[in-house]
Amino acid sequence: MTFDTETAPKDFLLAVEGLTVSFDGFKAVNDLSFYVDENEIRVIIGPNGAGKTTVLDLICGRTRATSGSIRFRGKELTTMKEHQIVHAGVGRKFQNPSIYEDLTVFENLELSFPRGKTVWGSLAFRRDREVIDRVEEIAEMIFLKDHLDTEAAILSHGQKQWLEIGMLLIQKPDLLMLDEPVAGMSVAERVKTAELLNTIIKQHSVIVIEHDMKFVEDIAHRVTVLHQGKVLSEGSMDHVQHDPKVVEVYLGH
Amino acid sequence: MSSTTSAAPRTFFGKDAIAFIVLAALILVVFPVALDIFRLNLVGKYLTYAFVAVGLVLCWGFGGILSLGQGIFFGLGGYCMAMFLKLEASSPENTAIQSTPGIPDFMDWNQVTELPWWWVPFNSFPLALIAILLVPTAFAYVIGAAMFKRRVGGVYFAIITQAVAAILTILIVGQQGYTGGINGMTDLRTLLGWDIRTDSAKLILYFVNAVLLLGVILIALFVKSSKFGRLLIAMRDKEDRVRFSGYDVANFKIFVFCLAAAFSAIGGAMFALQVGFMSPSFVGIVPSIEMVIFCAVGGRLSIFGAVYGALLVNYAKTTFSESFPELWLFAMGGLFIAVVMAFPNGLAGIWKSHVEPLLPRLMKRLRPPAIVSAPTKAPAE
Repeated sequence: MTFDTETAPKDFLLAVEGLTVSFDGFKAVNDLSFYVDENEIRVIIGPNGAGKTTVLDLICGRTRATSGSIRFRGKELTTMKEHQIVHAGVGRKFQNPSIYEDLTVFENLELSFPRGKTVWGSLAFRRDREVIDRVEEIAEMIFLKDHLDTEAAILSHGQKQWLEIGMLLIQKPDLLMLDEPVAGMSVAERVKTAELLNTIIKQHSVIVIEHDMKFVEDIAHRVTVLHQGKVLSEGSMDHVQHDPKVVEVYLGH
Repeated sequence: MSSTTSAAPRTFFGKDAIAFIVLAALILVVFPVALDIFRLNLVGKYLTYAFVAVGLVLCWGFGGILSLGQGIFFGLGGYCMAMFLKLEASSPENTAIQSTPGIPDFMDWNQVTELPWWWVPFNSFPLALIAILLVPTAFAYVIGAAMFKRRVGGVYFAIITQAVAAILTILIVGQQGYTGGINGMTDLRTLLGWDIRTDSAKLILYFVNAVLLLGVILIALFVKSSKFGRLLIAMRDKEDRVRFSGYDVANFKIFVFCLAAAFSAIGGAMFALQVGFMSPSFVGIVPSIEMVIFCAVGGRLSIFGAVYGALLVNYAKTTFSESFPELWLFAMGGLFIAVVMAFPNGLAGIWKSHVEPLLPRLMKRLRPPAIVSAPTKAPAE
């Protein structure tokens, strides 16, 4: 924990500085810096190929940074393994629903419950009252209370998205990263998801990638606009919407 | 799960308990009663492959890690046992005619004049038993750690296990003076002075083997019913999601691979005891693929299916190769293709989709008086 006393700006939950990743010379993320406060809802927008998903991949350890640093509560994430980053308190939802199709909704949620994460721990894991209560509580939140015994494969697309969000919530992360949570949803599902996200964001810091501007306007505290791996503009929704550079490359006239 | 309460965990009571009792009755009672000692010994040999098949169900069926090199661990377990038995059979009195008495005959034939240092621990039975479990498991750990930590998986992993199996065979065949070469270790006679070639010894060994197999099945059922079992399925499905749920995926893969290796090793050791010799023909690529076929035919998602698969395919092999020895490999290949194309979940899958739904109806038909008599009585009262 030596980091705490060193250079880390303590006020920030997440400090990304000079982050660069290059794939065979192509810099998908180029000298990127941004900061997320505690309890902030940050929305990342930008045209296709701007590097939005890559930024999330870098934070959660799926992709290794070429240079730069990502500090989460003073801990350097760029050198940590994926599961260590999860234990540090970062949760990630993928763009396409990523759930265990052959398991039931209950089992999907149970596997994400923050206990028994080692080999021996998982062998000794018991499904006690605490686990059951927590799973049921989360299932209620994600509208899947009546589907606990359903095999995840037969859920609708929207329900799968909710399930994955539920799997994140049960981990009790300090920072939630959601990659296009409402993509591919029906109108009714969208409304319910917005409602769900509005409850979630009251208790977590969140980074969201989203294209739905109405949705962004509703939830964002601050918006970061990415373009070609760099920050094009940052600030309130109102600010970025009227930024001529943003209008030029993304929002259109 | 028929129960509606989600709180009920998947335990190994219920359906699995019935399957376990049926299997136990079959191998502990039915076979010994129905078969003569020659046939029973053969069944015992088949059952040693069931150890491997059960390990493959966990590793491949649940975990999605296809190993085409289980012969490595079966072989290492078998060789560890065979080395102990060979040393016991090579007492100075038994080998008095050799130029160097007291060492195994094949060493003497190959001008080896001293027992190599790594043979020495196999003079002790407890150390040999430890080696049977430890050597294959440690080897599996090394392979597993090297591959899974680097995220090598799928087809690449299968090919590498196959390559290791080939290398080990070449090594055993090449180092004739230390391993017995292509002929293997033959003429194994006694275990702690107890002649293992007699009928009574074969009967006892059959039961030891059967009890060990049932023990291994219980361990496998425990693993399957634990959270580890569900994690295996999750890893097969969405490895990344497991990683981003806070699990170090490599450790779980290494563990299940080592467990499957340990199971195989017990099978190999019991094979050497029951058959009375061990040779590289049980180590290499062909036997390793056969082991996968046992598991696939029985059903790679069913622990019990794998046992029946090992029994049936081996029975077919014996019967078939008695009449058409050259054709067996083709028949085996055909069988594998048929399984993959027509019934990917093997015999257990057929049982589950075709036989199990009939059972309740069958039960009803077996108990017609109870059902018929009830309504006819009612109006009379």
